[in-house]
Amino acid sequence: MKFENFGLGIVKGLSVAIQYVWRHALVTQYPEQRLNISRRSRGNELVWSRERCTGCATCAKACPQGVIEIVTATDMTENKYKVETYRVDTGYCIQCGLCVEACPYDALFMGYSYERAKYRRAELVQTNDELLESPQRPVSGYFHPDIAKKLPKQTLLIEKIVEKRK
Amino acid sequence: MEPISAGALDIIQPTYWPGNYWWHWLFYTVVVIVFMLVMVIGAIYFERRAMGKMQTRLGPNRTGPFGLLQPIADAVKVLLKENIVPGVADKIVHFLAPVIAFTPVLLIFTVIPFQNGAMLADLNIGILFIVAVSSIATVGVFMAGWGSGNKYSLLGAMRNVAAVVSYEIPMVLAILGVVMVTGSLSMNDIVNAQNIPNILVQPLGFLLFFTAACAEINRSPFDLMEADSELTAGFHTEYSGMRFAMFYLVEYAEAIAMSAVISTLFLSGWRGPWLPPWLWLIIKTFFVFFLMIWVRTIMPRVRIDQLMGLAWKFLFPLAVINLFATAIEVLAWPDASQWIFVGVNIVLAGALVFLGSRLFKTGLGRVEV
Amino acid sequence: MTTTQELTLKTEPFILNIGPMHPSTHGVFRMRATLDGEVVTDIEPVFGYLHRGIEKLAEERTYTGIIPFTDRLDYLSPMSNNLGYCLAVEKLAGVKVPERGEYIRIITAELQRLANHCVAIGAMFNDAGAYFTPFLYMFRNREKIYDLFDMLCGQRVTYNYMRIGGVSQDLPEEFLPAVAKFLPQLKKFLDEYEFFVKQNEVFVARSKGVGILSKELAINCGISGPVARASGIKHDLRRDDPYSIYDRFEFDIPTAENGDCFDRFYVRVQEMRQSVRILEQAIKQVPDGPFRANVPQVIHPPAGESYAHIESPKGELGYYIVSDGSIAPYRFHIRPTSLINLGALRNMVRGWKVADLIFIFGSIDITMGEVDR
Repeated sequence: MKFENFGLGIVKGLSVAIQYVWRHALVTQYPEQRLNISRRSRGNELVWSRERCTGCATCAKACPQGVIEIVTATDMTENKYKVETYRVDTGYCIQCGLCVEACPYDALFMGYSYERAKYRRAELVQTNDELLESPQRPVSGYFHPDIAKKLPKQTLLIEKIVEKRK
Repeated sequence: MEPISAGALDIIQPTYWPGNYWWHWLFYTVVVIVFMLVMVIGAIYFERRAMGKMQTRLGPNRTGPFGLLQPIADAVKVLLKENIVPGVADKIVHFLAPVIAFTPVLLIFTVIPFQNGAMLADLNIGILFIVAVSSIATVGVFMAGWGSGNKYSLLGAMRNVAAVVSYEIPMVLAILGVVMVTGSLSMNDIVNAQNIPNILVQPLGFLLFFTAACAEINRSPFDLMEADSELTAGFHTEYSGMRFAMFYLVEYAEAIAMSAVISTLFLSGWRGPWLPPWLWLIIKTFFVFFLMIWVRTIMPRVRIDQLMGLAWKFLFPLAVINLFATAIEVLAWPDASQWIFVGVNIVLAGALVFLGSRLFKTGLGRVEV
Repeated sequence: MTTTQELTLKTEPFILNIGPMHPSTHGVFRMRATLDGEVVTDIEPVFGYLHRGIEKLAEERTYTGIIPFTDRLDYLSPMSNNLGYCLAVEKLAGVKVPERGEYIRIITAELQRLANHCVAIGAMFNDAGAYFTPFLYMFRNREKIYDLFDMLCGQRVTYNYMRIGGVSQDLPEEFLPAVAKFLPQLKKFLDEYEFFVKQNEVFVARSKGVGILSKELAINCGISGPVARASGIKHDLRRDDPYSIYDRFEFDIPTAENGDCFDRFYVRVQEMRQSVRILEQAIKQVPDGPFRANVPQVIHPPAGESYAHIESPKGELGYYIVSDGSIAPYRFHIRPTSLINLGALRNMVRGWKVADLIFIFGSIDITMGEVDR
């Protein structure tokens, strides 16, 4: 230990630290202040479209965790597959988005919502109608640029210095 | 010095109390305890808030207005927690340690004047009493380290003992400079004698005392006994619940007590214009405490051998030279204006810090194994 | 002789267990340190607490399905992991990445280097005992970078952005202006940061000459990255074996001579400046066109093997893949930077104090996700 600069380094440090008192803090007071999340946000849940889904199971094959379970039956009258069960175990899902990317019919979307925690593990397993789009379960623009354009612009920290608490 | 006997001061002069001494004793005991608890709560809030601001955070702001109730919420939480005693702990020592560490901090406040003569005991050896009593907390800390039966705790406690033993010396030598200038050991007389704050008369003494006090009470950069990044929590690793709260209280109470001592010794204590004296003391205490927070914000922790090296190779010679210089000044110009001392001592402090920095060097700290 | 022995106090070394639950072991690293008083005489690293068997798991996943797992290796620089893996598979399958894809990869990889060094430097100060201030100043800027990544791929930490033959999605139109706006902010911040800590007496005292890693030892232990460059080894795969399009950019490779903790800190700061320099060149040159080669999601690369290595923020990161022609690799092996950089830890810390043990360990900058895999 030497005092080569006669303690000047400490004074420099002190001068920088005190400047931060007058600067804005780069934190968000979460429940009151909410920043817009990314347009491509990969939220906690998958959103599935029953109309577009053909039951090809490409998503199930693409999933690295194997959380998508799909059961189809043949609909003889319309000569196509009918999806009987579409089940996603969100507890095992790692939100990688590969299923959305794989879907050739744009029938699968990442969710835009957050705060979707559940109280029981069983509730994380979502089946059929629980996976459909609804006001609580909006669709994210991940891999769907046309949807992304309609979503609000993301608040970037480089642009927005968070204002004082309301 | 004759105490001022006018106005509101009348009621707190011991001789005017019915039953004289005992009422005075009761009143000030309650005042000291309440004052210290309130100050500690204020200090915890102030530190977290000020530090948060300097770290581009906000600090606590949810509990109560501006988060003012956060320390109280923390206290309630920690008091309700389970008190865990490790199986291998020395139960009695483990139990007694927080109490022994806590008591001396209260004793420091007995001799700090809140106003002219307004203190529990106007000891004529006030500052000596503080030096003697404040070291007792170390016994508590070492008991905690030993009694926990944990290697982290023991390492932290041993570091603390080494630090306190070394830093007492420059600290006392720095105090002696002040005592020589003011001519008294009584805290009240020291304040009364400070027509110019001692920080100007003894600038080097202030720096030395501040550094040594930081080491004594284990504030950063000398917080080796806690050393959260190395020893998890140092001596109170094995403490929880109420006893942990006691140690936490001691930490801040010591910081506040030392700030109060510094403001009494060097910043002319309760003296000041316009505001009531006790408010001046609180303001000055918090100012010194803010300096401690400010230093803590930017400083990494020194290593144990550097801690020792700083005490013995840097602070100790400077303190001795400062002491001699002050003694010569007091002897040579007994009747001179203190402003001469101010000029001479500031120049001397600058020169000594410059010279000391040039000559000061500690070893690398590596041992061949 | 006997008298001196009688007079000497009897001392004995004791073993201190540091970790796996310890505030500054960067995850779940565990060291059994033998101490003689405060002096560390020996350490025995123990790891494996975060083992998830990623190499084995990868043998049952498709080549695309492995990419999310590479995010979880070095979770402080997922983009670099993605890049290294994709390069290995592209080498195996002979895929050519379009120009725009290459540029996007470089931009993200360099931003990732900045983000990783932010954590490395900040956490190093925390290990030295600075109470969070340098750490939080760095995190403030890391957060801005993570914000940009969030815009790019929808998540803050596990990006899963790169694909075999390019990247998963094109850049959003506001991305490049945002990067251009961020870089001057970062440069200004780095100047301020250097002013803030570089001369701080206590930090200099703690770091200069501490934990010296000699050049010979660094080479013998296979150390790479900023740790090796701080010891004076001018080795950087971006220069020595240019992958992707790194040969098109102008940048220096900062090195230092002493190999102590201060040099490891300062080399990282200078590397951040060089990354900013690369980014400034890259964002001006980004061409239009496709960002992803036409590669199916399930590929069948020919039987064979490939090894690709990149200069990840922590050092040389290699991926070795053996294919048997099926949709999943036959063998998947990672050369983890952090694990190999840990190799010299015992030699670096012997003889120093406990406080230095933590600090030297912090200055190597490891991630347990990568050590244990």
